[in-house]
Amino acid sequence: MLFRQAGIRHTDYASDRALFPIPADRAMIVALLAFGLLAPVLVSSLALSSYLTPWLVWTSATLGLNLIIGWAGQFHFGYAAVMAIGAYTTVHGVRAGIPWEIAVVLGGLMSTVIGVVFAFAALRVKGLYLALSTLALQFVMDWVISHVPAISGGVGATLQAPAMRLLGQPIKSEVGLYYVALAWALLVTLFMLNLRRTALGRALVAVREKDYAAAVIGVQAFRYKLVAFATSSFIGGVSGAVLIFTFYHAVTPEQFAVNVSIELLAMVIVGGLASIIGSWFGAAFILLMPGQINALIAWIAKLLGADIGIETLAHLPHAVYGALIVGFLLVEPMGLGKLYANVRNYLLVWPFGYARK
Amino acid sequence: MDLMYLLELGVNGALSGLMYSLVAMGIVLIYKSSSVPNLAQGALTMVGAYVVLAFADGAGLPMWAAIPLAMITMMGLGLTIERVALRRLAGRPIVMILMMTLGLDIFLRAVTLVIGGGTARPLKIGVSDAPLFLGPLLLNRAYVVGAVVALLLFAVFVFFFRTRRGVVLRAIADDYMASWAVGISVERGVAFSWALSSLVATAAGVLWGSIQGVDQSLSLLLLKGITVAVLGGMDSLGGAILAGIGLGVFEAVASGVLDPMLGGGSRDLVVALVLILTIMIRPHGLFGRHDIERL
Repeated sequence: MLFRQAGIRHTDYASDRALFPIPADRAMIVALLAFGLLAPVLVSSLALSSYLTPWLVWTSATLGLNLIIGWAGQFHFGYAAVMAIGAYTTVHGVRAGIPWEIAVVLGGLMSTVIGVVFAFAALRVKGLYLALSTLALQFVMDWVISHVPAISGGVGATLQAPAMRLLGQPIKSEVGLYYVALAWALLVTLFMLNLRRTALGRALVAVREKDYAAAVIGVQAFRYKLVAFATSSFIGGVSGAVLIFTFYHAVTPEQFAVNVSIELLAMVIVGGLASIIGSWFGAAFILLMPGQINALIAWIAKLLGADIGIETLAHLPHAVYGALIVGFLLVEPMGLGKLYANVRNYLLVWPFGYARK
Repeated sequence: MDLMYLLELGVNGALSGLMYSLVAMGIVLIYKSSSVPNLAQGALTMVGAYVVLAFADGAGLPMWAAIPLAMITMMGLGLTIERVALRRLAGRPIVMILMMTLGLDIFLRAVTLVIGGGTARPLKIGVSDAPLFLGPLLLNRAYVVGAVVALLLFAVFVFFFRTRRGVVLRAIADDYMASWAVGISVERGVAFSWALSSLVATAAGVLWGSIQGVDQSLSLLLLKGITVAVLGGMDSLGGAILAGIGLGVFEAVASGVLDPMLGGGSRDLVVALVLILTIMIRPHGLFGRHDIERL
């Protein structure tokens, strides 16, 4: 009913390969885009700047990480370090007078270079050992960033990000920053949607499923692993820069510490491996849910007259966050994206549930 | 920088390295039996110390009663984690298993802080603060105790793996399919290894807690523990002991030399570099088995 497939016939290759062949999907995308564009009018400015903007940026970063983990099947436990490289490069570039658009690309390229260093670990080991070596590289990067004064401005220093100027126009308002984040998130999403149907995407999936088998059918696992790390590092670097310029407005090493890497991983896992809509859900879930549940617990405690200490309230979100990861892995290991797909598959044939799905 | 100073750094480093081995042995025990790299071992260490404090300060028990009680509680916790969380993930991709242990790490840490509070608390096990003089060398008494406990536990494990139950665990570590085929309950063996690992984690938590106080920083021992475990070979207890000594000496001497040059804080850097170099050069570690998949 909702996702009606009757009468959809593919008479040419273009329609067969369309991103959204079902009209209901198209209508939904248009509605979501309209909401995205009108959000500054529809939601309060507080919600816009403190929920929607970070959600969009984290979604782009999650998609970038999902490219490595979900599509190419490689571990990356140091994605926050890659984001930090992009952020620091861009901030330094803009401070040195380079236009923002060029600086952000430079940041992305710098992240790509560093990301390829991570990739060399991937070329030697797999699985657990790759995870551990990327984790160790994250620690090394953290240390280098915070201990080299030329990068971070000294141990414990905060580097102020200059105001963003796009095509010569200063962007200061929350609405403007929101649109920058939205544009970047849409760009990454569009890239990922199209990746699925390109030779590159298929090669990555082949490497993920079994690299020997991929090599047998003529896919160079080496090359595609490098490409996957480079591409995803570029996305991560630019996302890091966008995060700093649209949300944090200042950059410190702690913003990209190892726990941020794990948070990004949690977004990917909770969202669902190799799921684009899942990455959007996962970022929102991990970003917003612990705080919301905490508020709920505090509210219930107040209702019952129980007294919860400040310290308890400070640590509860982390407990909720850990429980969410554990719970999702136990109940639905393919994450929110799979839950969405289940609902959609059900609605595809509803009310004729006995029909072939 | 005279030789005596370096020697003193080295000896104290070796002793503290043996205490890293305690964390690493817990990781190795679980990895041997079930190929699960337990990234929650740091959190288990921290929980162990908090449970001991709960029995000692909260219930007012003397230390000799609190520690065994805490060990039993922790064994229960280990069994629960294995039963509830890890057993259902058997056979899943390793990314899920790693993420599960990371999730457990976050969860255990946060719940412990919710219940126990985040301010650092002292844990007294009756080791005096006075330094121990070994000839001209100045040793930290707490480190000596920790190293002795680590070696004792290792000796216990060596004997344990000679017993019937130990042979069962070795069989599971060797080939769990074959163990299943000859009627060994692999589930029970894996659960048992989690219990043993939690016991070791409690010992590590008590010893480190008595040195640096009981707070969240205990869970940061994970990086050291996992480095020692990888360096020694993920499935070798003896490797964990030797690698612990090696890493401890190297870390102490290297950071002793580097700290004045780099302005401090080079300990974690040294450890992370050792981890990277081990994986790049010899991923199966010093004594691990050679069946690591690589491209």
